[in-house]
Amino acid sequence: MDSAVLELAGLRKSFGALKATDDVSLTLRPGEIHALIGPNGAGKTTLMAQISGGLRPDAGVIRFRGQDVTGLSVAQRARLGLGRSFQISSLIPEYSARRNVMLALQAREGHPYRFLWPVRRDRGLTEPARAILDRVGLGPRASVPAGELAHGERRLLEIAMALALEPACFLLDEPMAGMGTEGVGRLIAFLRELKAQAPILLVEHDMDAVFALADRVSVLVYGRIIASGTVAEIRANPEVRRAYLGDEETTA
Amino acid sequence: MAEMRREYILNAVIVAALFAVPLWALMAGEPFIITLATRVALLALAAVGLNIALGLGGMVSFGHALYFGIGGYAAGILAHHAFSGTPVAFGIPGTNQMLVIWAVAMGLSGLVALAVGALSLRTSGIFFIMITLAFAQMGFFFTLSWPAYGGEDGLPIFVRNQFPGVNTMLPWELFLLSFAVLLAALGLFAVLRAARFGAALMAIRQNPDRAAAVGISPFGVKLTAFVISGMLTGLAGAMMADLTRFTSPAMMAWTMSGELIVIILLGGVGRLCGPVVGAAILVGFETLFGGWTEHWQLWLGLVLLGAVLFARGGVIGLLAGREGHG
Amino acid sequence: MSLALMLEQLLNGVQFGLMLFLMSAGLTLVFGVMGLINLAHGSLYMIGAFLCAAVAGATGNFWLGLMAGIAAAAAAGALIEVTILRRLYARDHLDQVLATFALILILSEGVRIIFGPFPLYLNVPDMLRGSVDLGITQYSRYRLALIGFGIAVAVGLWLLISRTRLGIQIRAGESDREMIAALGVNIRWLYTVVFALGAALAGMAGALVGAIQSVQVGMGEPVLILAFVVIVIGGIGSIKGAMVGALLVGVIDTMGRFLLPRAFATFMEPSQAMGVGAALASMLIYVLMALVLILRPKGLFPAHG
Repeated sequence: MDSAVLELAGLRKSFGALKATDDVSLTLRPGEIHALIGPNGAGKTTLMAQISGGLRPDAGVIRFRGQDVTGLSVAQRARLGLGRSFQISSLIPEYSARRNVMLALQAREGHPYRFLWPVRRDRGLTEPARAILDRVGLGPRASVPAGELAHGERRLLEIAMALALEPACFLLDEPMAGMGTEGVGRLIAFLRELKAQAPILLVEHDMDAVFALADRVSVLVYGRIIASGTVAEIRANPEVRRAYLGDEETTA
Repeated sequence: MAEMRREYILNAVIVAALFAVPLWALMAGEPFIITLATRVALLALAAVGLNIALGLGGMVSFGHALYFGIGGYAAGILAHHAFSGTPVAFGIPGTNQMLVIWAVAMGLSGLVALAVGALSLRTSGIFFIMITLAFAQMGFFFTLSWPAYGGEDGLPIFVRNQFPGVNTMLPWELFLLSFAVLLAALGLFAVLRAARFGAALMAIRQNPDRAAAVGISPFGVKLTAFVISGMLTGLAGAMMADLTRFTSPAMMAWTMSGELIVIILLGGVGRLCGPVVGAAILVGFETLFGGWTEHWQLWLGLVLLGAVLFARGGVIGLLAGREGHG
Repeated sequence: MSLALMLEQLLNGVQFGLMLFLMSAGLTLVFGVMGLINLAHGSLYMIGAFLCAAVAGATGNFWLGLMAGIAAAAAAGALIEVTILRRLYARDHLDQVLATFALILILSEGVRIIFGPFPLYLNVPDMLRGSVDLGITQYSRYRLALIGFGIAVAVGLWLLISRTRLGIQIRAGESDREMIAALGVNIRWLYTVVFALGAALAGMAGALVGAIQSVQVGMGEPVLILAFVVIVIGGIGSIKGAMVGALLVGVIDTMGRFLLPRAFATFMEPSQAMGVGAALASMLIYVLMALVLILRPKGLFPAHG
């Protein structure tokens, strides 16, 4: 357990009477995909925001590569190597796909206080950006402003930006959302490859994708983790079936 | 890409025109027009400063007149003491050397912008607009009621300050000096915008959460841009005081802050030569319509309203299309 | 310094604050409900003052003038809302600032064209001339009436917002713009009514203050900036905040100008103390605003949560 890349211990967050996060503890180990699932309103987004730094937990500790990061800002955590994608596409709309990736690259390389050399001619940014866009399959669309990309392409650009940060772990927030079956298939293959580079904490609604990818699954209901285990264990867990999967199987 | 080339050509035409018109006036013996062109150049310089904060960083400062006025008073006060031979304070003498005055103007504006920015950037939206206005109003009322340097009467500069190798009393030479400084500022704007700093700043304007998520702290980048912005506007204020040989609280009035925003909008927000076009339109309006009707501000208001409602990109947006960030 | 003088200055501060409240209430409603920064609010104040002075001058009746001023400001407000401002609700703050800055230029020059370049003078109505004996001091009857008037309007506004159907719609609009649509309210109509109401209050303030100042082009902008200070201190969108902010600004500004030069005179030579005191006093409310924003970035009474 000491080797956990990301470790949450006893996180709590309330909004008034609503316990959005209720004593959540979980770990992300090297080389694994840990999926976080749960019905709408279970508190997945709130939990992700606490991990990435947008929200402060009321209690509990977040350790990243052994360091307590609970008090750090979003930008500070990102610099330490927490690579986050967003549930709703969050890009720099006027920048081309290439410039978006270059922004992530320059952020990884260091502080933004470089005033002279134009980024356009910065081979340390343009070359890796091209390689990353090719890798996610956006190469031909590199010059298109992010705001004009199709929905699925924006999700891929999100992944590309996370890749550019060369993070020590990926926080992927519903990367499959709004993608067609073909896109989901390609993304599953890609994420399987990606976990060798850094472990992935995956929040996802697409159960087929989760069961195809995850090494471990944690189930969040009303802010609590009600079960945690391998895909087979979660499938077999009666509490999970009742609280969550049961609904899906009867309705599906 | 065609749009970018069009903007390059347009920028070249704009800069060439700003040089050609006073050159023609010099030949034709119309010193008044040279002075007008100098005014355009200096207002544009002030607006280039604001354009860094507002155009690149999306910070709607409604108080940049503060830095314009600080620059103006730096020139006025130093020249005043140089003229009277009295020390400014603690035995520090005044000076009539523009280079020293500019350094002081930029230093003071930068320090004040650092303080104002550090406090104001904690807020956003309308609160940011209003708190920057409030700081400028503090400066305005301070200069208005502080009796030592003329109060509401303002402070004259009896003899225009000196610049090595330039006869600043000749309109053409003063224009050349102002034009050169404007070019340098435009160069600085272009370099900043193209560099990593500009990439981070413009990204923060469009999506601060995303910028933070890749590891760029918005606060520091915005504050740095705000300070650079204030320094350039302060420099413009010092030079404007020398052009008019007068500095007064009016330089810090809220209408001055409004005019700087108007200049940027008319030319094109965030566009390199937007401030030059906007300043030319404003000064042109004042001069042409001002001679023809005393109600020229009515027409300026109508044009401005039309620009906001129907031509968001300003003149440069109309002529060169949308900006590209390839 | 005497107690009488203090009391007089305090009353002046309250009177000033109440007039600022009339200005600020409309400004804060318009921002709270429509999300619009309206720099042209000061022009409506000016229009109210000019119409009042013109009509009172022509008829010899101040009250007719006051009605005319309020009606003209409301009509002008409704007109610019319907023709121009309506297009700006969805725009960003920069566009709103610029468009309403343009409106200031247009309305100021319009008034100059109609009424000429010289200030108008508006006389205090006969029944409010002279002063009232308050026991320890004499105080202007008109200013005292302004205080009463301001309180009456504030109470009326409070009743309007808390007790009437229109008030319910306004409050709904402030907390949730989608909700008013769900309530079946005609939003366009509501927006025009809210704007005209705010304009009427501004016109009223202009007309009332016009009798103790000169009525001239440009009179609206200093008041406008103070009204912005008021609503930013009070919390934008909150009528209660506008009231508290207006009284704070009115009293602190008036008392600061009165007390600071005297305070400095206790340890400085008098002529210098006057200068320093006056300089600091004129900055005082902006210092207050900056302090409030630094400590409470959304004002004293934030309207939303």
